Amino acid sequence: MSRLFRTLNRAAFFKALMASIVVVVLVLVGSRNLQNFDAALFAYLVGTVFAVFGIAYRYSVWLQRPPTRLYWKRSMQFLFSSMFFPYLYRSAKLFFRNILGQRFIAYRSRTRWIGHFMMATGCMLAFAITIPLTFGWINFELIPGDDVTYYAKIFGFQAFSFPLGSPMAFITFHGLVWCSILVTIGAAIMMRRRLTNGGLIATQTFSDDWLPLILLIAISITGLGISYDYTFLNGRTYQFMAVTHAVTVILFLVWLPFGKFFHIFQRVAQLGAKLYKTEGLRRGMAECPHTKKEFATKTHIEDLKKVSKKLGFDYSKKDGSNHLDLSPEGKRSALAKAHFEARKKSGKFFG
Amino acid sequence: MPKTDYNEEMAFFVDMQRCIGCHACEMACAECETNGQESMIHVNYVDRAISTQTTVQVCMHCEDPTCANVCPADAIHQDDFGVVHSADTSRCIGCSNCVLACPFGVPKMQEQAELMMKCNMCYDRTSAGKKPMCATVCPSQALYYGTREEIERMRPDSVPVNSFLFGQQEVNTKVNIMMPKGTHQLIIE
Repeated sequence: MSRLFRTLNRAAFFKALMASIVVVVLVLVGSRNLQNFDAALFAYLVGTVFAVFGIAYRYSVWLQRPPTRLYWKRSMQFLFSSMFFPYLYRSAKLFFRNILGQRFIAYRSRTRWIGHFMMATGCMLAFAITIPLTFGWINFELIPGDDVTYYAKIFGFQAFSFPLGSPMAFITFHGLVWCSILVTIGAAIMMRRRLTNGGLIATQTFSDDWLPLILLIAISITGLGISYDYTFLNGRTYQFMAVTHAVTVILFLVWLPFGKFFHIFQRVAQLGAKLYKTEGLRRGMAECPHTKKEFATKTHIEDLKKVSKKLGFDYSKKDGSNHLDLSPEGKRSALAKAHFEARKKSGKFFG
Repeated sequence: MPKTDYNEEMAFFVDMQRCIGCHACEMACAECETNGQESMIHVNYVDRAISTQTTVQVCMHCEDPTCANVCPADAIHQDDFGVVHSADTSRCIGCSNCVLACPFGVPKMQEQAELMMKCNMCYDRTSAGKKPMCATVCPSQALYYGTREEIERMRPDSVPVNSFLFGQQEVNTKVNIMMPKGTHQLIIE
């Protein structure tokens, strides 16, 4: 316990606490002082608040690392500049393409992209449905005198309505069923890869690679179990289905900040990295002293020298230049030349 | 999970002066299953304008890898055997920090996939007690994977060196470079 306090990152703890308080306040306000809050979802709310605390804490610690902090600062600096609107447009476009669509994965493997896209879309849709429901931001009501129309309220305000038994009602009430199907198929595709790809078999671990897939499938199957129960079993197994589903979802929420799922939140940094490259290109390219070719942006090389120094790596040379001024090819050649000179000096190239 | 059978007595020895630029290692590297058919080894002319000398470069698997330190996404990790692995595909944000910071010029950026990939010493093979692909096909033994005793017997006038000085920075590696006897460090001016 004392170790926990000794290693506690105070700045991150404060931010995480603030984020959790904001969530609780949003629940109180959004549910109109808990008037629309569904008490049956209380355990999910506790899990969500814990997840928010953990994610905010880890994100904050992560942003304190010199390279991450630099990217964060640079992204903000470049976004909120005279190029704000073009960069905002570009980032929004990339958000749809790479975060929601995850198109970059298609260049790694098409099947992998299909699997990941199904899994991620299912998860994001499920979050979009369950978080407002858990927070009491959305609730459904029957109005006295009209028992054939269902009214959906958002933040306590009537937003839309639909007749019971209509296709709209079917699609809405089964929203999480569609998500479960997407996630299950996606996770199955990813599992198949992990069973057949030699490279993955050699490098994968149970906790980082298999457990997340197993957990996602467990959440989906137990969720489908609830629908199956009320559709075909008249609710006879409701308690079992509801408890097993709650257990898997809460496990997921509690694990969200620690394991592989944290990459969901890290992925957004990809937008910052893209922005950094775009603005760097505008500012000018660095030329390798060896190949005489442009190979990276000047901003990137200069920033990297500072960051690596901060991390304890000093590649500066006596003549004022820096080993990092060389392109990757230039560095390989510099090494080969030094090796050649050492061999030459010894008088023996081989043996 | 498969049982790991990494043989810690085996080591990697590189001797660039033996590289004949045949690119056999490149072809073999693409067969490594952890790379997904992408070749991760580098073969390039040192200074084509004045010489036909080629050089070959595998990841040197630094003891304190600069690439992993400068990674903003914590995507590069070193395992218990000292092997520095290719970027974690779920974390890598394709920023190129590692590509530009590696003192040996090793990591490669797959631009469209927004993913850094690098040599991981054929982990699919070495973790099963086999030799890396490149070292099994190199005809001139510029790349050699074996025991220290074997290399000492084969190259009596050379010594394996795993310490480098780039400017002010000393870098120690898992992979060795064959140097003239009596050398302890390769200094890159």
